[in-house]
Parts: sequence; C-alpha cells; structure tokens
Amino acid sequence: MNTDTIAASATYPGMSGIGIVRVSGKNAISIVSDIFKSKNGKKLVDLKRRMMYYGWIMDPEVDRIADEVLVVAMKEPNTFTKEDIVEINCHGGIVSVEMILNILVSKGARLAERGEFTKRAFLNGRIDLTQAEAVMDLVSSKTKNSFNLSMHQLEGRLSKEIKCIRESLMGLTSQIEVNIDFPEYDEEEMTIENIKNISREILKRFDKLIKSADTGKIYKEGIKTLILGKPNVGKSSLMNYLLNENRAIVTEIPGTTRDTIEEFVNLAGVPLKIIDTAGIRYTDDEVEKIGVKKALDKIEEADLILMIFDASKALEGEDIMIIKEIQDKKVLYLLNKTDLHEKIDFENFQKIKEEVIKISIKGNKGLESIENKIKEEFLKGALDVDDDVIVSNLRHKNLLLKSKESIEDVLKSIENSLTLECLEVDIMNSLEFLGEITGETIRDDLMDKIFAEFCIGK
Amino acid sequence: MKELKQFIAGKYDVVVIGAGHAGCEAALAAARMGKKTIMITLSLDSLAMMPCNPNIGGTGKGHIVKEIDALGGEMAIATDKAMIQFKLLNTSKGPAVHSSRAQTDKRIYHVSMKQVIEDEYNLDLIQNEAIEIDVVDGKVVGVNTKSGAYYETESAILCTGTYLKGKIYMGEVSYEGGPGGLFPANELSASLIENGIILKRFKTGTPARVHKDSIDLNKMEIQEGDAEVIPFSFMNDKIEIDQVPCYLCYTNEKTHEIIRDNLSRYPMYAGKMEGVGPRYCPSMEDKVVRFSDKPKHQVFVEPEGLDTKEMYIQGFSTSLPEEIQIAMYRTIEGMENCKIMRPAYAIEYDCIDPTQLKRNLEIKSIENLFFAGQINGSSGYEEAAGQGIVAGINAVLKQNGKEPMILDRSEAYIGVLIDDLVTKGTNEPYRMMTSRAEYRLVLRQDNADLRLTEKGYKAGLVTLERYKKFIEKKNSIDVEKTRVMKKIVNPNAQVRALLEKLNTVPLKIPTSMYDLLKRPEIRYDDLREIDPDRPEVDKVVRRQIEIQIKYEGYIKKQFRQIEQFKRMEYKNIPESIEYEEIKGLRIEARQKLSKIRPDSLGQASRISGVSPADVNVLVIYLEQQKRMKKTNE
Repeated sequence: MNTDTIAASATYPGMSGIGIVRVSGKNAISIVSDIFKSKNGKKLVDLKRRMMYYGWIMDPEVDRIADEVLVVAMKEPNTFTKEDIVEINCHGGIVSVEMILNILVSKGARLAERGEFTKRAFLNGRIDLTQAEAVMDLVSSKTKNSFNLSMHQLEGRLSKEIKCIRESLMGLTSQIEVNIDFPEYDEEEMTIENIKNISREILKRFDKLIKSADTGKIYKEGIKTLILGKPNVGKSSLMNYLLNENRAIVTEIPGTTRDTIEEFVNLAGVPLKIIDTAGIRYTDDEVEKIGVKKALDKIEEADLILMIFDASKALEGEDIMIIKEIQDKKVLYLLNKTDLHEKIDFENFQKIKEEVIKISIKGNKGLESIENKIKEEFLKGALDVDDDVIVSNLRHKNLLLKSKESIEDVLKSIENSLTLECLEVDIMNSLEFLGEITGETIRDDLMDKIFAEFCIGK
Repeated sequence: MKELKQFIAGKYDVVVIGAGHAGCEAALAAARMGKKTIMITLSLDSLAMMPCNPNIGGTGKGHIVKEIDALGGEMAIATDKAMIQFKLLNTSKGPAVHSSRAQTDKRIYHVSMKQVIEDEYNLDLIQNEAIEIDVVDGKVVGVNTKSGAYYETESAILCTGTYLKGKIYMGEVSYEGGPGGLFPANELSASLIENGIILKRFKTGTPARVHKDSIDLNKMEIQEGDAEVIPFSFMNDKIEIDQVPCYLCYTNEKTHEIIRDNLSRYPMYAGKMEGVGPRYCPSMEDKVVRFSDKPKHQVFVEPEGLDTKEMYIQGFSTSLPEEIQIAMYRTIEGMENCKIMRPAYAIEYDCIDPTQLKRNLEIKSIENLFFAGQINGSSGYEEAAGQGIVAGINAVLKQNGKEPMILDRSEAYIGVLIDDLVTKGTNEPYRMMTSRAEYRLVLRQDNADLRLTEKGYKAGLVTLERYKKFIEKKNSIDVEKTRVMKKIVNPNAQVRALLEKLNTVPLKIPTSMYDLLKRPEIRYDDLREIDPDRPEVDKVVRRQIEIQIKYEGYIKKQFRQIEQFKRMEYKNIPESIEYEEIKGLRIEARQKLSKIRPDSLGQASRISGVSPADVNVLVIYLEQQKRMKKTNE
C-alpha cells in the first residue's frame, strides 16, 4: 500500500560480527539488484527468491566494493511486511551498515522510521493490533522478562485469554436471547441469579488481568526506585554501585547532585529504573531548594524507596522528615558508612531498627543483601512470565477497566431490578471493549489514532 | 424470448409477480405512490394466503408488522381486522422486547386484503402465471405469462414465495406442487437462470390440520388471550373482539419412539430432499433427533379461523408419510382419536442467493428488477411483507430518480432483515428474532411510528391522515414529557403516604416528577393523585413517556453504540473501487468484497469472510486514496 521503499539496519548498531540491512517496498529488489554484484554474475532480479547469494555491494559513485555480503530477496506477499523484502548480511559495526544504507538511499530508498517495518506489517494486514503493539514493545524491551512478555503477546496469549472471557460473555448473551426470542417455549429460564454468578466470575478474571498490568508495567517500564537521604550519605555512590559505572558525579561537597538522575539496571531479570535525587536538607540556596522539592515530589510515583542513613552521624531533623514522608511506601532502609564509628541511634524507630541493612559502600560490605532484598520483595509473589498472561500495554489496561466497568453496571442494574434486555446492553458494551483490544471491534477513532501515530500517506 | 403466441396485454410502471404478503405490500406501495401497477398471481383465491401458522406477529415479527404500518403498509390493518386472539409476549421483560402476536382468522385476512387491493385505484389484479422476465440491455422491459399476455413495464418485483419449482414431500410421496394444494410455478426459474441469477434450493414445512371435534381439548392446557387487546396498527385506537383460546399439549416417549422407528422414511435422511430447512422452525423429527435427551416437546393447538373446525398443530411439522403422521399425532394426550384433515408436508422451492441484491432490494445485475419475500431466502409472513413494502417503495423512488429508502440497522428490524440478507446471505430460511438486532432498546414496537412514519411520509406512502395522527401523538408526548420534567414533587404528607403505599423510599428533598418516575416501583399512572394539573393524555402517550423516562439511561447507552455504528455505516466505499488492487486483503476477503460490493465500511465489516484486519486494510486504503486525491487537487 505504501509505495515507497524503506531501509534500515535490522541489527543493533554497535560491535558485532555481522550486520543486517533490511529493505522493504515495491522497489526493494530492483534497488538492491542495481548495487549488488553476485559472484555468479547474475542480477538479483534474475536470481531465485528466498535463496542466499554471495557477492558484493558496489558503491556506484566510485564504482568500488563497499562490502562483502550475503543477500536474500523475498517476494510479497509472504513476507513480514507483505511487501518485497531484501535482507543484506554485511559486516558488523557502524561503518559498513551506514555505508550500505547511504548507497540504498542514493538509489531511491528512504531510511525507515522507528518501527516502520512493523507499521507496514500491521497496515498491510499481516499482524493484528495487539501483535503490532507487541513487536513495538519487543523492540524496546529492556530485560529478558519484558522480552518474553512481548513474545507471549505476539503469540497471542493475551488475545486467547480475552477470547476466553468473550466466550463466557457470549454464552451469557445467547442464553438471554433464547429467553427473549422463544418466550412461548419451555426453555430453561435464564435466571437473574445465573447472570449474577457468571458476572462475578468474569469480574474476577478481569481483576486478575488488571492486576497483572502492574507486574507488566514493572517488567516493561522498570521498578521506579528512588534513592533518598540527606546530602552526602552515599546516594550517588550507591547508584554507581548498582550501575557498575561512574555516571553520577560524586564529590565530598554536600549538595552536588542538584537534579534527579535516572538510570536502568537489570537485577536478576527485574528492571530497576533508579532515580538518584538531590540530598534532602533544609537550605536557603534557591537552586538546591528546587532539587529538594523535586526529590520529595518523586516519592509519590516511586515503586520502591532506598532510604540511606549515615551511621557516623546522629539522626537529624531531615532524616525524620523523610521518614515521615515515605511511611506509606515500600522502603528499604540502608545504613551506610558502617565502617566508621557508629553514632546513629534508631531509638524511637523500632521498625527501622529491625529492618535496616548495614552496609558500607566504600568498604564494599553488605551490598549484595540489598540486591537479595529487592529480588525477594519484587519477585516473591510476582507473576511468572512464562505461565501467566500479563497485560503490559496501557491501552489494553484501560480497555480492560472499561470492560470491567460494564460488567459492574450489569450487577448494579440487577440491583435496580432492570430487565434482561437492558443488562444485555452492558454485556455488549463489555464485549465491544474487549474486541477493541484484539482489534475485532473496529472503531473509527482507533483508526484516527493509528493514522496519527503511524504517519501514513504522504 | 421464447416462441409463443403473445399479445401486449398492457403497459405498466410496475409489475408485481406473486400476491402473497410480500407481493401485496409491494403492489400497494407502488400503486399508492402513484404508479400504474399490476399484480399477477397464480390464483386470486390465494391472495394474502397464510399457508402455515394462523398467526401474525411474535418476537421480532411483531416489530416488523408495526414498522410496516408506520411506513404506510397494510399488514397491521388487515391483522387487526382478522384478529381472534391477542397476546403480548415477553411481558416479564422490558418494553423493548414486548412482542405482539395475534391469532388470526385466515379467511378474514385474505378477504380484507383482497378488498383493499381491489379498491386501490392504480392497481390491477390478474390471475396468470408469469413465466419470463424480459430483459433488454440489462434492464427490465416486460413480463411474459403462460397465456401469452405480455406486460410492458418499467420495473418488476418478484415475490414468488415458495412456488418456484415447488415440490411437496410426505415420506416416500413427492410431487410438484405449491403450498396449500396449489400449483407450482415451474417456468420462471429458467428465465432467472438465463439472466445470470444464481438460485438456491430451500425447504420449509407445515404441520397437519386436525378436526376440532376429533380431539379432547379438556385434556390440554387452555391458553387464553390477554385481557387487554392492543391493536397492531397505529391507526386503530382499540379493538373489541371475543377472543378464542388456543391449547397446549405435549409429545411423549411414545411419539418419539414412532419417529425414531421411521426415520428411514424421512425424505431428508433418505437423501431425497436437497433443500435446506430453517433451524428455528424444525420439524418434529429434527427436534427428536437433535434434542434426544428431551422427554417431551410442546405442541400448541390453534384455530384456523372462526367458521372452520380445522385446528393448526403448531410445533409439530413433519415430512414423514401420512400413515406415520396419524400414528404420531394420536400418541398425544387429547389427540388419541384425532382426524387429520390436511396432512403435514415439507415443501422445497427455488430462491435466489440474496447477496446478489442491493440494499434497495434491486438485483445488482439487472436494472429495475426487484425481489422480496421468501424468494430472497427469508421465512415468515411478516419478513416477506417487510421486504415487500421496501421493494415497492424503492421501485418507485428509482423510477422517480430519487434516492433509495434504505433503513439501517439502527432504524428498523426491516433494516436488520434486509441488511442481513443482502450482506451475509443466508444458508437457511431466515427468520427474524430480536437477537438479530443490535440496537433493540430503541427498535421497540411502541415507537415504530416515531422511528419510521416520517420516512414513509417523505417517500410518499404515508397518507395525510396517518401523518397528522402521528404528529399529534408526537407533540403530545413532547409537551407532557416537558411538563413532567418541570413538575416538582414536595415531600409532604400526601406524597409520603403514596410512596409508602408503592413500597418505595420516601422523599427527603423536593424532586422532579421525572426523576421520581425513574424508580422501578413507580408507574406514571400511580402519581395521578399527587399531580392535580395532569392533563388528559392518551394511553399510548402515557406509556411512551413512561418508557422513555424509565429506560433513559440504557437508551442513552444504546444511542452511544448507535453513534459509533453510524460512523462506520456512513463511511462510503466508492462504487468504482477495485478490490483486486488492494494488496493487504486476504484472497477470501477480496473475493467476497468483489461479489457483495458493500456501500459502506460498516456493511463491509459484516460480510462473513471479511476479517477485522481486512476492514483495517480497507479503511487505510480509502484514507490513502482520499489523501492522494486531496494532494493531487
């Protein structure tokens, strides 16, 4: 449908043995044919499809070999994008791939936008919406678990679970229908009690899926982890330790980290999105005040807080203020600098006294217990990605919520003694929302959204 | 044209072939809209005949009858004249699915319809057999008959019912025949095939008629009509009749045993009959085989009319041989000595594949050739009549160069019926049910006039008298509804006492009467004593206000669904579209779309074999075309 031909590196740009350049579109084969010199001397357009050929990509400008390659051409419609596709296996690294892409562009191809191959696959009817969304997630997945999640969605696991719920709902409607359409026959009456029971069961399934969205979000977006503490208690050092590299600036002067810094780490398959913050203290410095305010604002959205105390100093007003701010959150209390003389006393904070993990970042002591504790907190009771259906897409979650709401309306209407045909309107609404997840319900505004996001046409 | 001694018998605007329920509505609509019309039928005595059940209406079907009436058709008026019992079905459910059903006197129905037709100024009626549609340059120009009489015409509407190559089956016995002992029409099918029209073969059946004096009705459950008789036609305010009861009895293990022992004599199983029958109206042998665990099935005994002793045995149709029929019927309690007057039979007939039609019921391949009723694969008198009136109206609109009248799925059951037939086709005789309508909370019987009378008036079929009556009703609903909205009820002693009596929670603050009426326990009529300035309004108006208020929340929800539906429904697909060019479509979808050629994306999405992914592809293709056109301009 798209008439132009796009090209992009299909492999991650960086150090690797080989790189793959993918070309898709009406002129994919002819463009590559123009610049590919096969060992057997034949043009790519005359060679067999789906066979790999050895040869060279020639730079037409200077009539010189650009790289030594293996090339395979695939004819539409049985390709990922349903268009003609050529894949060029070249040498890895940035140089070779860039050079080939430049040559392709000079011959009339266009550099693909991010995810554009997937867009084409979707727009050409090769994959459904959830699958397209999964591919996009796959491309940007940060850990193996979020990768698995996207793979499952691509396989259609979520679609299957939703299909299952849809079938229950359909069963309900068909029973209602029989009652309405054949009132004179002695078909078993569809009792309101029955609808109630089935609706409640379905609500449970919705709840499970919606709850999984939180886990899904963790896998996809990472556990938002906030490092809090007074200035110079070792927040940035801890972050660096977790990151295994010196990214955040660490100095002896209190108040160096004036803004928040975000980094991703992979902790045993759980992605942590670590946010380092400015040290919290009462200050008159306007710039620093903003940093402190930002740090406190972040508390609200954090999934986990790492609160650090300095063992060598007594508890101060700032410590107590932070403790109060974070009392409703999931917190790991860390006592740093335990290699120094311990002055701190948790006398009035029995809970912290019991839970606090003693560490020394400088002395590299007790640090592995932080990792263990995080794993324990978040992997215990968390869903196993291999077995359960997990919702990881916000659009899906919102539709599930709407769908659930419609079923709640059914129960409400039963309370208000409304009749069968009214209840069915809500059941139908619920079905429609579910259909929107899998793409079975086509809404014109969804199409508008797709047009907006996928930038098709001219 | 075949070699035949012909003469030009007349020149008409519209020729209607067949005088059943579809034919009568089609012919009346065309004639009343000012076109010179002739209706050709095999037998004048079978005009508006009811060859099967002696009732009109029922779930979904009652809605259609009211819609026909709202558009200016005749069926409801004839039903009101012929009614001998009335029942409102589904009263335990909400008003949206309340369905009227009348037991009718078949003879009275025939006579009243025939009188109306005979009295119609523009309409001629003649007994003959149409044998050929004359098509020149892809357009209808005439209809030829068995006698050689040739009628020149602008349009033809085919309403051939079950007559085309009709074949009767009773066990091993089978012969060519139409319904009710009439002749079949054996020649017209060939003419249709010659014109490239694809035919299918369907079957249907009817139970036996039994002599009333030969059965013991005391052994059966009596089924009385409702205390309140509601007319079908919006033109009638009330009907006063002495109602006649029906009776309920059951089959038993013995009945089923006889059926099982004789299944080899069932023509379907013996492989003699090829036609496909309706699932929703199965023969008793089908029921026994399919629901083998059910120990008994219901059978209703219904009078065929007031001055006849023939009783119709509803629910017990069969195509087993006559001797088995007698044995089976006699196993039923109360029917031990029954005498069959007309045996049950199955009838097989030619119909067309309705996906060849446009939504105005004109066939895509031949201009001005319309089809309505059972020939389109439907079943039932009401479904036939609903198509008949639409075909009649559209034949005229087309001649007048006007836009067709297309009822969409959110406007009428008739719209659902026609859309289903022409978009999805059907593999069995299509029967209307409320479940086929997605938006049935707004497609109610009670508001059929509010939905459609304006349309019928615009088309030119609704008389001024009907239109005035409709406007009056509409206004009086609006006025009273507004008053009720403004009327404030105070929590005084009188109100408190009334609410207590009605078993509903007391008022704490002044509340509008409108909100009070939303409570399920309170009816409009209940509030009369606390509403002294209430005007005298008609019962139908009171009822309408009550429904609109009580179900407002749900009706609003339904309107939102309809809004969504309309957005897809009115995204038109240009007639020039070439599906072969659209790459993303799957092959099956491409073929189906090329065949059906839907008008809109909404219609495309309902074609079986066209997946949502295909529709997405189509949406994107159309959008791209639109943008390309824009940039080119």
